Amino acid sequence: MGINYLYPPFEIIRNQDRCIACRVCERQCANLVHHYDEDKKRMTADESLCVNCHRCVSLCPTRALKIVKTDHTFKENANWKTEVIEDIYRQAQSGGVLLASMGTPKEYPVYWDKMLINASQVTNPSIDPLREPMETRTYLGKKSAKITRDGEGRIITSTTGQLKLDIPIMFSAMSYGSISYNAHKSLAMAASELGTFYNTGEGGLHKDFYQYGKNTIVQVASGRFGVHPEYLNAGAAIEIKMGQGAKPGIGGHLPGSKIGEDISATRMIPLHADAISPAPHHDIYSIEDLRQLVYALKEATRYTKPVIVKVAAVHNISAIASGIARSGADIIAIDGFRGGTGAAPARIRDNVGIPIELALASVDQRLRQEGIRGNVSLVVGGSIRSSSDVIKAIALGADAVYIATSALVALGCHLCRTCHSGKCNWGIATQNPELVKRLNPEVGSQHLVNLLTAWNHEIKEMMGGMGINSIEALKGNRLMLRGIALHETELKILGIAHAGQ
Amino acid sequence: MDGCHQRIPLEGAFRNSSGCAISGIIDRSGKRFTAREAITSISVMHDRSNGLGGGFAGYGIYPEYKDYTALHIFYYSSEAKRACETFLEEHFDLINLSKIPTKKHPAITDVPLIWRYFVTALPTKLSFSQLDEDEYTARCVIRINREIEGAYVFSSGKDMGVFKAVGFPEDVGEFYMLDEYEGYSWTVHGRYPTNTPGWWGGSHPFSLLSYSVVHNGEISSYDANRRYIEMYGYACTLQTDTEVITYMIDYLHRRMGLTLEEVSHVLAAPFWSTIEQKEPKEREEYSYLRNTFASMLITGPFSIILGFKGGLMALNDRLKLRSLVAAEKAGRVYFASEEAAIRVIEPEPDRLWYPSGGKAVIVTLDSMQEGEEHGHQLSVSAL
Repeated sequence: MGINYLYPPFEIIRNQDRCIACRVCERQCANLVHHYDEDKKRMTADESLCVNCHRCVSLCPTRALKIVKTDHTFKENANWKTEVIEDIYRQAQSGGVLLASMGTPKEYPVYWDKMLINASQVTNPSIDPLREPMETRTYLGKKSAKITRDGEGRIITSTTGQLKLDIPIMFSAMSYGSISYNAHKSLAMAASELGTFYNTGEGGLHKDFYQYGKNTIVQVASGRFGVHPEYLNAGAAIEIKMGQGAKPGIGGHLPGSKIGEDISATRMIPLHADAISPAPHHDIYSIEDLRQLVYALKEATRYTKPVIVKVAAVHNISAIASGIARSGADIIAIDGFRGGTGAAPARIRDNVGIPIELALASVDQRLRQEGIRGNVSLVVGGSIRSSSDVIKAIALGADAVYIATSALVALGCHLCRTCHSGKCNWGIATQNPELVKRLNPEVGSQHLVNLLTAWNHEIKEMMGGMGINSIEALKGNRLMLRGIALHETELKILGIAHAGQ
Repeated sequence: MDGCHQRIPLEGAFRNSSGCAISGIIDRSGKRFTAREAITSISVMHDRSNGLGGGFAGYGIYPEYKDYTALHIFYYSSEAKRACETFLEEHFDLINLSKIPTKKHPAITDVPLIWRYFVTALPTKLSFSQLDEDEYTARCVIRINREIEGAYVFSSGKDMGVFKAVGFPEDVGEFYMLDEYEGYSWTVHGRYPTNTPGWWGGSHPFSLLSYSVVHNGEISSYDANRRYIEMYGYACTLQTDTEVITYMIDYLHRRMGLTLEEVSHVLAAPFWSTIEQKEPKEREEYSYLRNTFASMLITGPFSIILGFKGGLMALNDRLKLRSLVAAEKAGRVYFASEEAAIRVIEPEPDRLWYPSGGKAVIVTLDSMQEGEEHGHQLSVSAL
């Protein structure tokens, strides 16, 4: 090992007047940043280990701690920025791929923030959600294209499986393995209480969670971990994961160190064996193969469950979606490139794929042009951060949204982006039992319920302002949006007018 | 329509919302009467329009041509007329054609050429198209309106006709001399657009085949409805609520075969909480319709009177955010935005009521066979 060129990015500021040396920070930090100096009789810290997760800051009883960005600097250079130089140092030292977690932190345009929502004035009334019913219930699934009647002329009302959502927000896929047992339990409990769904991710379903089946979407990914008939029939829907927004085109790798007994049993793989998801499904090399898997899963569940196909938002997304809409799938889930991940190569996360707003707008429009929008429902994810993002997604044409990062933040995640280390101090992205128990599922699920209840209130207020009292009348209602500071091509893709037009 | 006239953008180039007055009368015995009562009724609501649009739809007015489609067309140039007539000759047998008779009126200006054609689909073209006659006619109408600049078909039904213009509705009635037409039902519309349309095609009723709609309101679901219905071959060239509502009714009633009552359960679907209180069979049906046609739910204020062959249907939005009154006297049924507009022509109705939000009132001629309108019709007295 030569010289370490990397200077720690954070400084830990400890107010020694306030510090009572209770050593909570030391006990709480899985990264071993803090320790007690017996000679000096006071706490010290090794900031080079700090990931800035705020666990110590939040738990310090005297508020003696804060973490600040270091002002140590390279000679300023607009092209060769600090992180660019440091990445080169890292790779020159390790010879490896740079790993990263959560969604890209790079400064790409966030189109949600460049769209504004309408409201009624004079010519039609806004509606007060405290006085009038305001409906956010949504059904996901194929809509019948034809009315058939029985001998007495009554409409035959059978449908293929439909998912009923009381709010148009679901928790998107995070596997047991990438997140903890308690995090999974929090999501499952919250989904049940909210009348929506959480998603197992590709790691199978822990036997304790079968009881939440009617609010569960079970995933089938390229590794087929934990997939068996009971699993497929346990949930309300099945999702085929073709891709993920944070890492389109590549698979996944859960290191053997995380494959403890429970995870090994749930995934049906040997203890401490690496769980490697291949980049493609090796039985799907083309769209007609996808159709076969869709129908294989439908056969396995006797046509009672809708099948979701999840894809990453990539350049050709509208043609891909059009193919999926004709594959027998009931729902298409599209994951934008700002979406999160438990671990991904940083270069891929930060450079591959397209923003969900543009992908959604062009897919919705393409499916309508082809007259097949009714064949499928559209669910979008990849950085939905607030109720107004939800409103904008639905107005662009989504039936519902998937959230994951927002949900983890509600569970206490501080977006320190080191999930891949497995040392999550908040008990979320870790399998270390000592850390996992820090997340109380009762409290966690309550926070999730609170978050979505609050969002739903806000959604209703905004809908009422627009004079819309049912969410279906907002779906694809692009007149309710205006762009701000967008150029013509962006407006054209989004299918919206500019503010003032 | 660029360049036809006007310095401001024409209807269709922008989204135009309107406040309005509507009125409708039907004689269930099928007895025919002139538009005079409709004119009187709408004139009481003068202040609900602003002189920027008015129009009528009459049913049963062309008994001598009842088997032929009556096309009413505005032309803004003789080139448009030539192009359109060439198109018509390629697609239809023209049984009769003439200018629609009008009378000069000081308040009705900028008059386009207004022609009427009684036509029937060319049998060879029709069979080659593999469409039924209605669908064939509808596609031809949509094509003319979308593709022939300066021509606009504003009425395309059988034994019915729309008469509309820019002006107050009572003046429009005089302009078209509607005293000289007799029908078993009439609807009428006075418009209060929030933009200046200046184009006759934008006035109401809006009509396709034998459906005509007069509407008061501004729907908040417009773009959701528009983008959905346009998947099925309709082109919303006017960007008005009435247009999209008419297309949805045509799609649901004619093409999907729903009854008008079922159509009302789609357009003004009850709240889920109401649906859940219904008997299991009904609940399933309501849920199915609402879910299957979710994108055709209309939100925001509206009251409409739909004219169709042999009847009228009145429908309010679910919250009843627009006024709509109904009344009945002997065999006659009246609808209007205001009670005064009914009382002025029928001072003492047997019954007068305010239909509940989302509850369709469907009235058909006594002579209509059970099931002719796909059954399930409620008689007025059962409401």
